[in-house]
Amino acid sequence: MSLTGKIRFEHVSKIFTIRDENSKKGKKEFTAVKDIDFVVNEGEFITLVGPSGCGKSTLLDLLGGLTKPTHGRILIDGKEITGPGLDRGTVFQQYALFPWKTAQGNIEFGLEAKGVVKKERKEQADYYLDLVGLKKFADRYPHELSGGMKQRVAIARSLAFNPDVLLMDEPFAALDAQTRETLQSELLRIWEKTGKTIIFITHGIDEAVYLGQRVVVLSPNPGSVKKIVEIPLKNRLEDADLHSTPEFVKARHEVWSLLHEPEFIGANI
Amino acid sequence: MVSIGKQLEKSKKGKTNSQVTSFYSAQKVFKRSIVLISLALLWEIAPRIGLVDRAFFPALTEVFGAWWEMITSGELWNHFSASITRSITGFILALTIAIPLGLLIGWYPLARDLLNPAFEVFRNTATLALLPVFMLLLGIGEISKVSIVFYACTFPILLNTIAAVKNVDPLLIKSARSMNVSSIKLFAKVILPASVPTMFTGIRMAGTGCILVLIAAEMIGAKEGLGYFITYAQYNFLIPEMYAGILTISALGLMVNFGLGKLEKRFSRWKPNPNE
Repeated sequence: MSLTGKIRFEHVSKIFTIRDENSKKGKKEFTAVKDIDFVVNEGEFITLVGPSGCGKSTLLDLLGGLTKPTHGRILIDGKEITGPGLDRGTVFQQYALFPWKTAQGNIEFGLEAKGVVKKERKEQADYYLDLVGLKKFADRYPHELSGGMKQRVAIARSLAFNPDVLLMDEPFAALDAQTRETLQSELLRIWEKTGKTIIFITHGIDEAVYLGQRVVVLSPNPGSVKKIVEIPLKNRLEDADLHSTPEFVKARHEVWSLLHEPEFIGANI
Repeated sequence: MVSIGKQLEKSKKGKTNSQVTSFYSAQKVFKRSIVLISLALLWEIAPRIGLVDRAFFPALTEVFGAWWEMITSGELWNHFSASITRSITGFILALTIAIPLGLLIGWYPLARDLLNPAFEVFRNTATLALLPVFMLLLGIGEISKVSIVFYACTFPILLNTIAAVKNVDPLLIKSARSMNVSSIKLFAKVILPASVPTMFTGIRMAGTGCILVLIAAEMIGAKEGLGYFITYAQYNFLIPEMYAGILTISALGLMVNFGLGKLEKRFSRWKPNPNE
C-alpha cells in the first residue's frame, strides 16, 4: 500500500449552472459534489454507495475525464486527470454496446482505439471473451444476447484494452437477482485474476459490502463523503453463503445505519 | 427395443414437422397472393361479362397482349430506359449531396437550428406544385426532369439524416469518448453506423417519391418516358397500351422498393427484426 495511492481525490467539487425560472438571470448554481477527498489504493476494490442525487455519476464522469472538476483535482499515479484515457475503462449500467458490432467487434473497439493491430486484436478479444465465459457467443449481435451476457461483453470490452482502473457505474442494477449474484462473484474472480483497481458505484448496500474492500458512503445535497467503512471480509469467493456470516451482517448494518441517518430522510435510497 | 421405439418416434416427429412447415409455407403463399389473384380475375372477367365498358377497361389478357407487343417491339424499353435514367440520375445526385450535408448539419447544432425551419418549409411545399417553376427556369428537357427528381429526393434523405445524427444514443457517444477516440473516429465508427437505419427510412421515402414526381413531370412536358407514354396512349385511344404503361410503372415502383429494401437489410443486419 503506497502512501500516495493509485487514485487521489483532492478537495474535488463540481458545480453545474442550471436553469432557474425564479432568479433574474434565469440560471443558478448547483453543487453536485463538494469537497471529495480520499485515496484509492493500487489494486483495491472500492465501492461507492449512496442515494440518488449524491453525485455518484458526477464522480464517475470526473474520473473518466468526461468533465472537469470546478475545484480541486483528481490524480492517477500522481498525474492529474485532464481528459478521457485508456488507462481507465468504464462499464455502464445500460451496457453501451455498439448494436452494429458483434460481441467480438465490441471488444475489439477499444483495442482499435488503442492502435492494436488486427491479428492481435482478435487474439485479445478471444482471450477476454473466454474470461467472461462467452467464447461461443463471439459472433452474436448485442440484441441476440441476454442482459447478463451484454454486461459480460461490456466488462470484457473494458478489460481488453488493459486499463489500470476499472470504473463501474451501477453495472448490475438492470439485471435480475440471480444473474446479478453470478456476475458479482465473477467480477471478484476477474478482479483477483487481473489485479485491477476497481471503483464500483451502486445503490445496493448488500452489493457494496459484498464487493468492496472499503465502502465509501456518500450523502446527498451536495454529494460528499460521509464515511469510509472498512469491510473486514476475507475469502469472499470461498464462502458459499457469505451474506449470512456475522461479519457480513455487521458490516452491512453499519453501512445501512449510516445511510439512514437524519440527513438522508426524504432522499431516495 | 426402447431405442428403436425412440427412433421411430423421432422419425415420425421429423416427418410431421416437415409436413407442418410445408403446410404453413403453402398457407403463407396463399394468404399473400389470394387478394392479388382475385383482383386479376376480376379485371379479366368484369370487362368480358359487361360489368364495365370494354373500350375503356379492357380485360387483363388484352393488356398483357399489348404489353408483350410493346416489349418485343422495343417501344416500351425506350420509355422505360428514359424514365429510369432520369430517376436514377436524380436519386444518386440527391444521395451524394444530401447524405454528407445531412451528416454535417446534424453534427453541428448551430447549423441545425439555422437551417431546419427553412427545410421544414421546403419539405411541406408539395414538390409537384413547384413543377411549373422548374419548367419555367429549366425548360422541358432532361435537366428540368432530373432536377425535380433530385429536389424531391433530397428532402426526405436530408431531413432523416439530420434526425439520425441528432438522435444517436448519447450513451454510445459517451462510451466511445471514454475510450478516448478522436472526433473523426467517433464520427466514422459510431455516429455513422448508428445513423444508418434512420437514414434508410429517408432513402426509401425518396425512392417512392422520385418515381411519383418523375411520372407527373413526364406527363406534363416530355417527349419520352413512361409518364409521357401514358398520356400519349390516352390521347390516341390506345387503351390496352395505356394500362400496360401503368402496370410498367407499378413494376418499376416494386423494383425500386425491393432493391432498396434488400440494401437496407444488408446495411442493418445487426438490427432485431420485429417480424421474426
